[in-house]
This record gives sequence, C-alpha cells and structure tokens, in this order.
Amino acid sequence: MTDASADFADLRDLYQEVILDHGRHPRNFRRLAPPARHARGDNPMCGDRVEVWVRLDEQDRIADAAFEGRGCAISVASASLMTETVRGKSAAEARALADAFRSLVRTGRCPVCGAVHAEDLERLRPLSGVAEYPSRVKCATLAWHALEAALAGEASATTE
Amino acid sequence: MSRAATAARAPGFDVLAIRREFPILDESVRGKPLIYLDSAASAQKPRAVIEAMVHAMEHQYANVHRGLHWMSERTTEAFESARDAVARFLNAPSRDEIVFTKNATEAINLVAHAYGRGVMDPAKAVLISAMEHHANIVPWQLLRDARGVELRVCPITAEGELDWEAFERLLADGRVGLVAITHMSNVLGTVTPAERIARAAHDAGALVLFDGSQAAVHRRVDVQAIGADFYVFTGHKLYGPTGIGVLWARAELLERMPPFLGGGDMIASVSFERAEWARIPHKFEAGTPPILEGIGLAAAIAWVERVGIDAIEAHERALTDHALARLAAIEGVRVFGRAQDRGGVVAFALDRAHAHDVATLLDRQGIAVRAGHHCAEPLMRVLGVDSTARASFAAYTTRAEIDALAEALERVRRFFA
Ligand SMILES: Cc1ncc(COP(=O)(O)O)c(C=O)c1O
Repeated sequence: MTDASADFADLRDLYQEVILDHGRHPRNFRRLAPPARHARGDNPMCGDRVEVWVRLDEQDRIADAAFEGRGCAISVASASLMTETVRGKSAAEARALADAFRSLVRTGRCPVCGAVHAEDLERLRPLSGVAEYPSRVKCATLAWHALEAALAGEASATTE
Repeated sequence: MSRAATAARAPGFDVLAIRREFPILDESVRGKPLIYLDSAASAQKPRAVIEAMVHAMEHQYANVHRGLHWMSERTTEAFESARDAVARFLNAPSRDEIVFTKNATEAINLVAHAYGRGVMDPAKAVLISAMEHHANIVPWQLLRDARGVELRVCPITAEGELDWEAFERLLADGRVGLVAITHMSNVLGTVTPAERIARAAHDAGALVLFDGSQAAVHRRVDVQAIGADFYVFTGHKLYGPTGIGVLWARAELLERMPPFLGGGDMIASVSFERAEWARIPHKFEAGTPPILEGIGLAAAIAWVERVGIDAIEAHERALTDHALARLAAIEGVRVFGRAQDRGGVVAFALDRAHAHDVATLLDRQGIAVRAGHHCAEPLMRVLGVDSTARASFAAYTTRAEIDALAEALERVRRFFA
C-alpha cells in the first residue's frame, strides 16, 4: 500500500487497514484435523462460502480455530479476525462474543461492549462500518454463524 | 453538472435535456451527484410517467371492466389503451394479443403453465441457453419436474454469443417443442439473432419465446419481423412502473392455452359447476389488473417513442463502446462478453478485488452499479466466477458518468493493489 491515507479517506472509513490486511493475508487460513469440530457457512445471496474448524481442549476452551473459504474482503477479514479473537474462550464466551459482534455490525454500536470482552470487541470494531450496508452485514457475520454451528455440532449454517 | 456535462452523440439526441426529465437524477448520494449505472436492474422514471400515474389517481381512477359509471368507463379506456401502446411498441397485430402480468417473470411462468402444461406435448423438449436469467430457467425446470419434459441448454461461445452449431444440433432431432431464449443477456449484453433463431426453431417444428426484458429497452422490437411466437418484457426496466409486465403471444396460441390463474375478470360466466373463460387477453388476467401501472407503462412507451428508440440505441451504443475502451485501459479489469452485437450492459471483474467490494467502493464514490450473480447463477459457473460487477446504461446515461466510473474503478484498483 503505497498510496496511504489522504487520497483514500472516503474509502478508508469502511475498509480500514486492518480489514484490507486480513482480507489480503488471512490468519489461520487452514484446516484442522478431526476431532476438531467443523461447519460450513453459506451466504446464498452472494455466493460467499466459509468453512470453520475449532478444536477444544480438556477444559472445553477453544484451543485453535481456523477457516477456509472465499468471498469478499469483509467476509474473509471477519473470519480471520474471528479465529484470532475466539482462541482461549469457552464455547459460552464465544457465543456471547458472537452475539455482541452481530449487534455491533448490525447497528454500528455496541451497548454491551464495555461489559463483555471489551478488548476483543475493540479489535472487531473496524467491521462495524458495514452497518451502513444491510446487504453486507451478512458478509461480516457469516463466519460467526459457522463457528456457532460448529460449536453446536451442526454441519452447516446459512445467513438466510 | 460538470459530471453530467457531455456532448450529445446521436444526432438530435440531447442527453442533458433528457436528464432534466428524470427528477431522481437531481439527488445526491453521500454528498455526490448520483451516478446511476444500474438501469438494467431497474430504470429510473421520467416525469411523464410519474405524472400520468399521479394524474390518474387524482382525477380519473376506478376499477376497470366492472363499473357502469363514468369513472370506471374512463379508467377502463385508459387501461385498455395501454394495450394499444404495447401492441404498437412491439408491432403486434392486435391489442388482444397483449396480456398484462406482474412482470416478465410472471409472463414466462404463464407460458410455462398455460402452454407448457396445457398445450405442449410432454414428449417434447424445451431449449434454453446458458445465458438465461433465472426467470427463464426456473419456470422450465418446474415444467420438467411436473411433466417430465426434457430441458436442453444451448452453450455459449467464448465471446459470449449463442453457440450456433450447438443450437442447430440441439434442434436437429425435431423433438424440441419450445425454444425459450433471451433476446439480450442481462450480464454479457449479447443481443441474440432473434430472426435467425425463430427461423431455425420453426424449421425444426418448435415455437419460440423471447425474453425481451433487456432487449425491448434498448432496441426496436418487431415481433412479426422476428417471427416470434411469444415475447415478454417487464415495465420497470422500460422507464415504467414496477408491477406490470407484458406477454405478447400469437392470438391462435392464446386461444388454445387454458387459463393460468382463475378468478374475477377472466371469466365470461360462472356457476358452481363450471366457468366459461373470457375472450383473450382477459382470459389470462385474473383479478383486478395493474391499472395504474398500465397507465404508467403507456406513458413510458410514449416517452420512449418521443425520444426515439433508435436514438436511444445509438446513444447507448456510443456509451458502451466508450465504456469498453475505458475499462480495457484499466490494469486488472476483465470484461465478460465480447459479442459482436451487444447492448448497454457491461459486466466486469477486478482481479485483486471481489465484486461486492468493488460495488461498495464505487458506492462510496457515489456510483451505483450492481454486483452479484445477476440472477444468472448458471452463467456465472460457465464464466468461472461467483459474481461480477455490472454497469448498465440508459437514455439518461452520460459519457462523463462513464469517465467517472473508470476513474473511480482505477482508484479501487490502486486501493486494493
Ligand atoms: C434478461 C432478464 N429476464 C428476466 C428478468 C426478470 O424481470 P422481472 O424481475 O421484472 O420479472 C430480468 C430482470 O431482472 C432480466 O434482466
């Protein structure tokens, strides 16, 4: 990225550097071997597709999370950031984070953010700009739906 | 103003004057003048259409074909005269051959039911192409599933044209009963050789339906010169209102087809034992029709005729050539479709960016394009992509808007570089 800030100011507020970075170089972009839990997520509206794997340790905490898939920068960046933020969380904590994140990207605000996982949600906040584009909120939430499905032992989730 | 300013290309065609007839073009999006390059999804409406509908609601409105009172008689006249406007627009021999539907999709479903299930020999096949809109795929799949009718798909060439050799091969066994094919692709812009298709279909013993949802907006359509059996289009893409579409079919076919939907207005008489159908086209128009939409569509057609469909075509051709040249000059942009004969629709992809990101980033710059599968998922598979972005042009589109698109796209490319 040579052409940094000013020239792209009008584009940057939605596509912040962290989104471009994770969109271009997704973290944890790999599969986990069984017995890791696995689910796929489909967004039939736009063809985005993601597969999520989670491995739980003996205390039922997420020891590792990974994904593969294809889609827009928002959906890939969101999946990538998710795999980083859920590590070390219990299933219940991950679900609570998913709920808070959904509220963040649907409304652009997050009333509960101060209370739970403040730091994690701060990391995810760059995605909140999609609230302006209802049709793209699903890009941001797709991986989280798949994660919840995997934790629940379901094979797949769709955004519909 | 500066973004819209451009010299009229077609003689006598004053795009700035045309733009002044479209109130919505004065709107701003994100503080920038709206650059609306999504007319293939739905066109904006000129004041003439808006006023015709408002005028009807304010001065001359009642249900049609029912009241014996003054308002109903006048409204019936206005609505029925919309059939004359459509018949003239398509050069159809008779207003009785014009059936109003909700949209093009319903018109195709009507044919799939009333002709496909009601008249066609189930041993016959339906032949579509690989570049159809879902509206011209799914009704035939439903027919196939209900009646076991075979569904054949004609491939397209690398240029995005109908593969003519394959087309003839697929007709060769004489088992095709109906060819249902787009007259212009909403993704590739390809205009299909309608007369040649109709001739080949007829020679093989098949009837032919054209999905004119795109073509009718950009070209002069003459159903008799084409030799079509069915022709459908949709009002909202033709500068008219939503909620109205058109099926034209030869009277003799309409006579043989059973009704599609049952109810009021489509009957001559009803007892609890049986009903007698109204004469065509009313047999196919159950319930209160889209009255205001019919009046709006008539106004839209009058507007297109006043501007001149040939002038619109010439204007859009110049815009399309310009757009293709500008996009070709941007590194990493791929345009889908290189048909010889094409209309004002350009689908493209940027190699480093997903179509949805491209569309959103263009929107940030005040430019409306569509991104997605364009209701043509099978075609996306043929093209080897999940989705594309698409810019589409109309009578009110300017060369400056296309330049703005090219510049904005260049920024998007650099943004993702
Ligand atoms: C080629 C084509 N066919 C059919 C349709 C369906 O039109 P409507 O949704 O108005 O029925 C469209 C537009 O979406 C189209 O572009």
